Amino acid sequence: MAELESVGAPLATSVPASDSSVPATTVTPRHSLFVRVTHWITTLCFFALLVTGAELVISHPRFYWGETGNDLTTPLFKLHIPSSRSLVPSGYGYVLPDQNGWSRYLHFQSAWIVVLTGLLYVISIFFTGHLRKNLFPRKADLSWREFSSSIADHLRFKRPSAAEAWSYNLLQRLTYLFVVLILFPLVIWTGLAMSPAFVSAFPLTVTSLGGQQSARTLHFFVSLALLLFLLVHVLMVFLAGFKSRMRAMITGHTATNKERT
Amino acid sequence: MRKLSRRKLITTGLAATAGVAGLGVAARLVQKYGLVPPDHGGIFGLGETLTYASQRLVTRHSLAREFSSSQISKPPFANEIEPLTDQFKRLQARGFADWRLSVNGMVAQPASFSLDQLKSYPSHTQITMLQCEEGWSYIAEWVGVPLSRVLDVVGVLPQARYVVYFSIEPDTWESIDMTEALHPQTFLTYGMNGDELPVGHGGPLRLRLPRQLGYKNVKFITHLTLTDSLKGFGKGLGSASSDAGYAWYAGI
Repeated sequence: MAELESVGAPLATSVPASDSSVPATTVTPRHSLFVRVTHWITTLCFFALLVTGAELVISHPRFYWGETGNDLTTPLFKLHIPSSRSLVPSGYGYVLPDQNGWSRYLHFQSAWIVVLTGLLYVISIFFTGHLRKNLFPRKADLSWREFSSSIADHLRFKRPSAAEAWSYNLLQRLTYLFVVLILFPLVIWTGLAMSPAFVSAFPLTVTSLGGQQSARTLHFFVSLALLLFLLVHVLMVFLAGFKSRMRAMITGHTATNKERT
Repeated sequence: MRKLSRRKLITTGLAATAGVAGLGVAARLVQKYGLVPPDHGGIFGLGETLTYASQRLVTRHSLAREFSSSQISKPPFANEIEPLTDQFKRLQARGFADWRLSVNGMVAQPASFSLDQLKSYPSHTQITMLQCEEGWSYIAEWVGVPLSRVLDVVGVLPQARYVVYFSIEPDTWESIDMTEALHPQTFLTYGMNGDELPVGHGGPLRLRLPRQLGYKNVKFITHLTLTDSLKGFGKGLGSASSDAGYAWYAGI
């Protein structure tokens, strides 16, 4: 039970945990308002970035390594999809319509919003204790046995216990930390490394990645990793109970609030 | 409803004051440095303005990366060009001897330059990357005269804020702010990789801006005009690309 109390802190601190007559309304939300708002802003921006990013790739579905790359050079790999540019040797007999104008506008606008939201989020998780309490693995969980049992539970698609509905399990914590502190910074970095004006002021941003085309290729792969995270994340929400998890992330409350009090 | 504590009241008050003061400072900066792009309206105005303003604050004088001659792409990739007009073909047939670059607008001395005149100014060389918004790129050696040199000759009036530049191709024009126009790597380019600038790359004269994407690097330049407002050009968004839905500032 210590596990329950150490994380999630479902009960308001002013209320003794043993008091079963507490009405459900005094219960601390499963997700704080701040986490809920930043979550959905990020979701919206990520969808916009994904769709427009794909649209931009279509105008040149070839990837290179190093500083330069174009239709005359050998690509590292290419996607076997039609292109929105006639000069690209896509192998298809037709050219898709050009959608790059609005795609670029929306890509960068969403990037700004998600970066500013993300900055606020990262700063706040240091101060509110969200990082320490809910995202860093608990000491007790930091063992190979916990790690492997957590993986085994996931592989068996075991439904989370009641305790887990109130906190993040080990794999969840490691994944969220990886996404927030590694993948998001990487996707921002590789994105900025493609900006000719930005790298004029900060050339190390791109030279450290091996060149502008390397940055583009890495940006593509980090985006794929984020997409993979999104798919697994949504799958997990379904497995854990779509309705209750969506309610928790939208209203902050879960059905278990009442059961618990 | 929880009661407002004194601490909360004070912090909220301080935060609000800081916010208002911050907005005030931001408005001052915007006015002083010209941080609002011509395509700031519409649903993407927020992102565009944030990009342009922060680039202007951070990268105003920075130099685009230059490369070694061993990094020059061979052969350089020439993007598609529109079918050449009869007017262009006539000029081409005479070796571009009659090619003119006219400069007018907010200048002390409107002028027209032949290619020979432009080549009589000390030439400058840069080995820089051309990046297309589509994602491909190449590195080439570009030879030309800095735009700032030509602007010196005509004498830019202090109220001028933009240089609008036109191609011989119909409906092909762009504009840049004075920061970009006076930047030492902004070239009127006539040479490439030790030769004349090929027609496929915009010869005989192309405006080269290594800090912005390919579509700002307009080919076949024949005319420049200096202005304090872009309202009278096209839809007033600053360039033919912006009229067609692309961002005006392409340093991203």
